[in-house]
Amino acid sequence: MASSPPEELSINADVLIVGGGMAGAWAATSAAQAGAKVVLADKGYCGTSGVTAAAGPGHWWVPPDPPAARDAAVANRVASGLGLGEAEWMYRILDQTWRTLPTLARYYKFGVDDEGRVNYRAVRGPEYMRALRQQVLSHGVTILDHSPVLELLARSDGSIGGVRGQRRQDGGRAYQIEAGAVVLAAGGTSFLSHLLGSWTNTGDGYLMAAEAGAEMSGMEFTAAYTIAPAHSTMTRTMAYAFATYYDADGHELDLPFGPDQTIRLARALQRGPVYCSLHRLPDNIKARLHTISPNVPLVFDRWGIDPYRDRFEITLHNDGTIRGIGGVRVHDVDGTTSVPGLFVAGDNASREKVAGAISGGGNVNSAWALSSGVFAGRAAARVARGVKTGTSRFRLLGLGREPRRRVQTVDLTAIRASVRAEMHPFDKNLFRTGKGLAASARALEGLWTELADHDHTGTIASRETAALLATARWSVATAATRNESRGLHRREDFPSLDPRSANRLLSGGLDQVWVAADGPSATTGTGQLEAAS
Amino acid sequence: MIELILADRCTDCGTCIEVCPANVIDPGQAGLPVLARVEDCQTCFLCELYCQADAIYVAPDCDRRVDVNVEEVVASGRLGQYRKHSGWDEWADRFPNEQWLMETVFRRAGEAAAQPKGAPLDVIERK
Repeated sequence: MASSPPEELSINADVLIVGGGMAGAWAATSAAQAGAKVVLADKGYCGTSGVTAAAGPGHWWVPPDPPAARDAAVANRVASGLGLGEAEWMYRILDQTWRTLPTLARYYKFGVDDEGRVNYRAVRGPEYMRALRQQVLSHGVTILDHSPVLELLARSDGSIGGVRGQRRQDGGRAYQIEAGAVVLAAGGTSFLSHLLGSWTNTGDGYLMAAEAGAEMSGMEFTAAYTIAPAHSTMTRTMAYAFATYYDADGHELDLPFGPDQTIRLARALQRGPVYCSLHRLPDNIKARLHTISPNVPLVFDRWGIDPYRDRFEITLHNDGTIRGIGGVRVHDVDGTTSVPGLFVAGDNASREKVAGAISGGGNVNSAWALSSGVFAGRAAARVARGVKTGTSRFRLLGLGREPRRRVQTVDLTAIRASVRAEMHPFDKNLFRTGKGLAASARALEGLWTELADHDHTGTIASRETAALLATARWSVATAATRNESRGLHRREDFPSLDPRSANRLLSGGLDQVWVAADGPSATTGTGQLEAAS
Repeated sequence: MIELILADRCTDCGTCIEVCPANVIDPGQAGLPVLARVEDCQTCFLCELYCQADAIYVAPDCDRRVDVNVEEVVASGRLGQYRKHSGWDEWADRFPNEQWLMETVFRRAGEAAAQPKGAPLDVIERK
């Protein structure tokens, strides 16, 4: 390039939100409502980025009256969460979701059912995220779209005081934001599966948190998978509640709708291609499918498939930490991490305490994204009030890693493909064995050595690849440590749940990955589980 | 992946460039957006939804490029179909958002699974 690079853009804020999906948008709103000057930076576009935008979240929704209903919902979840959930956290997000979601009515037209009742809990993704963007803007928040954050910045006392990034639709112009507090709401990762809307969710927020010294928790729970027509991203499952499945010879498979269906589907897919027909979907739903989930029928229509008559091939896409539950360890529902000035929200945080050891996909994770966003935005605004920003006496230190050796060309595309090859296959990540996990760990370790030694660190692709690889390494190491099967974590060599292992597993480290027990959980007594179930 | 932006429909409003979460589209020299990084497309269809000119076609294939015939796509009526069925913009009054039915479907499926095979299915309660 002949011209000199444009001058770095410098911005001051009380609260900076990284990521403009559901959690980030709620966090930005709540921080602004608490009086903070807020900047939200999104890698893509706040409104279409992230997994909410292309889907249709149903929030976990239990009205406060009668109180017994919430007690029952929480007791159920504590029991099904197999010892890793916390009742208190569940009550907090149920209550916050119930209070907050209806406040979006200015920007989102909530559905009215056939009996005239307003339905708040089930919203359509594109409209929901469009509404959240409008709400964020109405509170005077500055949105920086197409502005990936490349690294966190720390003050001399180790607290987080800002970020550095790049404006990718502005010639790659560098920017720096100094902030009183930072909320990471950069989403989880599906390790580049084709889970709808997840392609840009590469775990960037996990990497940044780890570089700042935060721990992960629950990273072994990355083994959720979701059905889609083969070669498509359409991981929207409603219509499959009435699906019929066939093998390549046309024989119907015994795959009843229920909690074990994904496991049975995966086993069937290991034997060969699986085909599906939706002919059992009731006629009155067929007639309305395009107004319930308009993107679902369009896939079939464009391929010339009649899903109610023809049989189409299906696949399972890995959900990683998105419909899984691992993420940055949080000490409170407000997303407080172990690093001062750094909060996390949504899928960037571990959801073990609200989801337990099973998938939080759909309702619990959505309620968490909303509530943790609201809580984290408020908490960050409070912290920021005690911090003076925009003063040069704080020299901010970049926390992004540097290459350990001489910089040379690293094939990032090949590394990404290798991460997918360790994290997606059923025999490696769904039906786990100690031996297989050890092999995955070795493969990922070799990739990390190559990347960490030689890759120049300042590009978006480099950061994304490092984040994918780091997340995969934490996941594999944690899965290898949990010598039992519990919820989403399934070990073929340890098929039973071990009652002594009802604790959460922390992980972290970049050059040296570590795993450690989080100590006994407050709600993990076996007797209590029995009482709740 | 995104396969087409129809030049004779595109109004060069720049919306698709802005809303694409994967930064696939660049402003073009001749006043029309350019598919600059199709390999980054995540097949989310959101550019179509935001395109009021109905000028964009996203093929459902996320892991392979496909040949798309412009005349066929135009004749198929599929351009703008997602925006229409979503009830966006001028379609707001004709295509209601019935996302709320999702849970009913799941609940009934669970109930139906618990019933003996062949029992009649009626998903939406009619009162």
